[in-house]
Amino acid sequence: MLLSIEHVRKAYPGQRPVLQDVSLALDHGETLALTGESGSGKSTLLNLAGALDAFDSGEITLDGKALSALDDTGRADLRRDRVALVFQQFNLIPSLTVGQNLAFHARLGGRLDKAWLSELSHRLGLADLHDRYPENLSGGQQQRVAIGRALAARPKLLLADEPTGNLDENASREVLDLMLELVRETGAALLLVTHSVEIANRLDRRAHLAGGKIT
Amino acid sequence: MIAPVVQALASHWRRHEVQLATLLIGIALATALWSAVQAINAEARASYARADAQLSVGQFDELHAPGGFIPLELYVKLRRAGWQVVAVLEGPFRVDDRTLRVIGVDLLSYPALPAISEARTGPEPLGLTEILTAPGRIFARPDLAPLLANHPELPPLIETTAVPPDLILTDIGVAEKLLSKRGQISRLVILPDQPAGLPPLADLAPELERVRPSEAVDTAQLANSFHLNLSAFGLLAFAVGLFIVHGTVGLAMAQRRGMFRTLRALGVPLALLIRMVLCELTAIALVGGFLGLVLGYFLAGALLPDVAATLRGLYGAPMEGHVVLRPLWVGAGLAMAVGGTLLASGQSMWRLSKLPLLDAPGLQAWRTGMTSPLRTAKYGGALIATGTATLMLGDGLAAGFVMLAGLLVGAALLLPALLALFLTGFERRANGPVAQWVWADMRAQLPGLSLALMALLLALATNIGVGTMVSSFRLTFIGWLDQRLTSELYLTARDDQQGAEIAEWLRPRSDAVLPIRRVELRHETGPLFLYGIVDDPTYRQNWPLIASAPDVWDRVAAGEAVLINEQLARRANLWTGDRLTIAPDWSLEIAGVYSDYGNPTGQALVAMQQFDLHVPGAPNRRFGIRTDPAKATELAQALRDRFDLPPQAVIHQAAIKAQSLEIFENTFVVTSALNILTLGISGFAILTSLLTLWTQRLPQVAPVWALGLTRAQLARLELLRSVLLAALTACLALPLGLILAWILLAIINVEAFGWRLPMHLFPFDWVVLLALTLLAAAVAAAIPALRLNRLPPSDLLRVFANER
Repeated sequence: MLLSIEHVRKAYPGQRPVLQDVSLALDHGETLALTGESGSGKSTLLNLAGALDAFDSGEITLDGKALSALDDTGRADLRRDRVALVFQQFNLIPSLTVGQNLAFHARLGGRLDKAWLSELSHRLGLADLHDRYPENLSGGQQQRVAIGRALAARPKLLLADEPTGNLDENASREVLDLMLELVRETGAALLLVTHSVEIANRLDRRAHLAGGKIT
Repeated sequence: MIAPVVQALASHWRRHEVQLATLLIGIALATALWSAVQAINAEARASYARADAQLSVGQFDELHAPGGFIPLELYVKLRRAGWQVVAVLEGPFRVDDRTLRVIGVDLLSYPALPAISEARTGPEPLGLTEILTAPGRIFARPDLAPLLANHPELPPLIETTAVPPDLILTDIGVAEKLLSKRGQISRLVILPDQPAGLPPLADLAPELERVRPSEAVDTAQLANSFHLNLSAFGLLAFAVGLFIVHGTVGLAMAQRRGMFRTLRALGVPLALLIRMVLCELTAIALVGGFLGLVLGYFLAGALLPDVAATLRGLYGAPMEGHVVLRPLWVGAGLAMAVGGTLLASGQSMWRLSKLPLLDAPGLQAWRTGMTSPLRTAKYGGALIATGTATLMLGDGLAAGFVMLAGLLVGAALLLPALLALFLTGFERRANGPVAQWVWADMRAQLPGLSLALMALLLALATNIGVGTMVSSFRLTFIGWLDQRLTSELYLTARDDQQGAEIAEWLRPRSDAVLPIRRVELRHETGPLFLYGIVDDPTYRQNWPLIASAPDVWDRVAAGEAVLINEQLARRANLWTGDRLTIAPDWSLEIAGVYSDYGNPTGQALVAMQQFDLHVPGAPNRRFGIRTDPAKATELAQALRDRFDLPPQAVIHQAAIKAQSLEIFENTFVVTSALNILTLGISGFAILTSLLTLWTQRLPQVAPVWALGLTRAQLARLELLRSVLLAALTACLALPLGLILAWILLAIINVEAFGWRLPMHLFPFDWVVLLALTLLAAAVAAAIPALRLNRLPPSDLLRVFANER
C-alpha cells in the first residue's frame, strides 16, 4: 500500500473538526478521486496526505513512513522525494522560466532525467515555451507546466487539488487528459481533489467527503 | 538540493533588477557616508598622534618669551638649576617654491621622539652621535625626498612617516643653521617628571611666561566634539540608508512568499531556506558594502581638505590631504554593511521563520502583517516620554543624547499616524470624487511609504535643527567677535619695562591704550583667570553682557563689583547679585555675566585699581590699541620699527577675526555637505519606495482609469501625491527640527562646552529646504509617473483579468 490514512482527525483552533475519523487507502499506480462540497475537508485531507500540514490524531503512512513520526525536515524530505503536488493556483515560481520551472522539483530531489523532461515537455506542448516566464502563459499552459514539474520528478504519489479549477472547459479537458495519460505511464498513484463528478468518473476509484467523513 | 534553491532565490533578483539595485544602493549609501566619516576621523586621529609626538601640541606646559625668543643662556641656566626643559626652535623654511616648517629639538636632552627612536632601531640603525654631530640629519616624510634631494647643502635626509607632513624635524643645532637663528629658542617644553626641590621658575626666569595647556582654547575638546558631530551624521546617514534596506528587503520577501511556500511544499526544509536567505542577504550586503567603501573612500578624499583645514585651525595639527586605505577601516565598513543589512532584515527574517506553509501568498498578507499606525504611534509616544523623563530626572550630556534619540525615533514612529490623521481630515473636506480618491489613496499607500517618509522626516528635522544651530552660532559668533575684538591692534611687549615704554609712546599716537593684564587663580570650579581692565567706553559700548545689574560698568569701575564669564557662571551657578570669592579675603558682588565662546575656563573682570591692589606685579605686556582703522597698519609698522618687535608681536584685529571666521566656516563645511547628502539619501528612499510599490499601484489606478481618467491625469496625480506627502512631512519636520535645535543649543552645548547660544530663526532657509524637498519628491515620483503615462492599456486590463 502506498498511502494509508487511518482514523485521521483534524480541527483548526476554535472551529468544528474539518476531518473526523477519516480512513482511506491508495495503492501503487492507483487513481482516486476525492469529491465533496466546498468546505467538506477535501483540500485539508490532501494537504495532510502531502505532509504539508499536521493532523490531530490517527495516522497517515506514505510508502511505509508514518507521518506522525516525522519532523519538519523529514516531511520536507518526503515531499521532495516521493510526492508531487499540483495546485489549483498553479504555484509556479514566477521568476523562473518555463524550462527552469519544469526541471525544478526533479533537480531538488537530484533526479533530473533530461530525456524524460524533454519528452514531457513535448507531450505537454511546452517545448517552444521554455524561455518564457509564467506570467506570459495562459492558465492552461501554466497548469501544464505545473503538471510537468510534478511528473518530471517521477513521484510515487501525485496529489492534485482542483487542477482544472481555474481553467475553461476545453483547457480543462485537455489538461486532465494529459495528466491522466502521463500518470498511468509513469505508474504514479494519483489522489485528485475535485467537485466535478465527470472528472471523478474518469479515475479508478472515488471517495466522497461530507461533514468531515468519508461516505 | 542547494543549487536549485540558489537558482530560485537568485532568479527573483534577475527579474527585479531595480529592486536589487535599490537594495545595493541603499546598503552602499549607508556604508559610504558612515565609512567616509570613519576614514576622516581615522586620518585626523593619526595626525593628532603624529603631532602629539612632536612636542608641538600643548600637552605639556611650556615657557614662552612674550614677544620674542628665549636666549640660550636662560635655557642653560634652567637646565643647570635642575629643570627638565627641552629647547625647541621653529620657523618657516623656504625650499624652492614651497614653505616647510622646521622644528629643531634639543635631542641631547630629549631623544625620545618617535622619528629618532625609529631611526636608531630601524634596519640600518643610526647612532645618536651621527644625528647630533655635523652635518647632522634631518627627518621628513618620504614625499619631501625629491624636493630636498635638490639641495646638497642640507644634511642627509632620513625618510620617516613619524613626522607630520610639510615638516622637517632635526636637532636644534641644525635648525639654528637652517633658520639662521643662532642662540635663539622659540619655546621651552617643561617635561612632566621634574625632580623635587627645584627653585621656582618665577625666580629663575621671571621674564618667561608659563603657558599651561588649559590656558589656550581646549582644542582637544573642540576637535572631539567635531568628530562626535561627524560620527553622529555618519550614523544618521547609515540609519537612513537602512530604512531603504528595510523597505526593499521587506517587499522582496513579501513578493517571494509564494516562492517560499512552493519551495517548502516541494521539500525544502525551513531551516535550510532561512540559512540560504541569510547567505543571500550577506552576499548582497558584502557587494553593497564594497561599493559603499569605494564611494566612501572617494567621499572622504573629497571632504578631507576641508576637514584638514578645520583641524589645522582648531588643533594646530598638520593633517594629510589624502585618505590611507587601512585594513581595519575596510573590515569595519564591511562588518557595518553586513550587520546593518541583517538588522534591517530582522523583521522580514522573523516573518519568514514563522511563515505557515499553507498561508495565502501575496502582498496583502504581508501588508496585513504590518504593525498598525496607532500601535507604532504608541511606541513613538513612549519613546518621546522616556527621553523627556530621562532629561528631567537625569542631567549631563548622556541625558541630552538620550532625549535627542528618544525624540527623533519617537517622532519618526508617530509620523504615519499623524499623516493618516491629516489625510483623513483632508479627505472629509474634499468635494470632488477625484480629490476624495486622491486623499483616500494617499492614506491607503501610507503603510508602504511610511518608512521612506520617516527617513525624510529625520533628514529634514536634522537639517533644520543642525542648520538652525550652525546659523545661530555663526550669527552670535560674528557679533561676539565684533564685541570682544574691538581694539584695532593687539600688542605683546617683550617685558614689563618695554610694555610701559610702548604704552607711554602710544598715548599721544592712539585713541586709547587698553592694558590686558591677567593672573591665574584657583576657584572651586577650576582655574580662574582674573583680568584687570581700565574704565573705557570700548568696554561699556561693546562688551557682550548676557546678564547685568543696573549701572554695571560704574560699579565695576568703582571697584564694587566684578564681571564673570558664562562658563564660570554656569559651572559655579553664580549670577548677577551673587558674590564671587576671588581670594580668601576678597569677594565682590557679580554685576554682570558675559559670553565667552571657545574658552573652557572661568574668567572674571575687575577694575584695574582693584587688580593692582590685590595681585600686584602681574605682567603688563599686552595691550589693545584703539586707533583710526585706516591708520592701524601704519601704526603697527611704526611700533615694530620703533621697538624692534617681531611681526607676530603686533596683530591686526581684522586678521584675528578673519582667521577665527575661517576656522568657523571650515568647521561647518563638512557638516553642510553631510546634511545635503543625508537629504539626498532620503529622497532616494522615496524613489525606491515608489518604485517597489509600483506593482501594487496598478490594482489601485486601473479601476480609476477604467472609470474615465486618462493615464496622463493619473500620472500627474501620482506626482502630486508624492509632492503632497513630502510637503506634509516637511511641515511636521519643522517643529521637530526646531525642538532639535533648541536641545542642541540649550542642553547639549551647555553640557558640552558651558555656554548657551541664543536661538535665531531662519525662515528663508526653511523655504529653500522645503523647495528642495518638493523637488526631490517630484523627481522621485517622476519615474513611476512616466511609467504610468506610458503604460499600455492591455497591462491595465490585465489587472481585471487577474482579479477575476
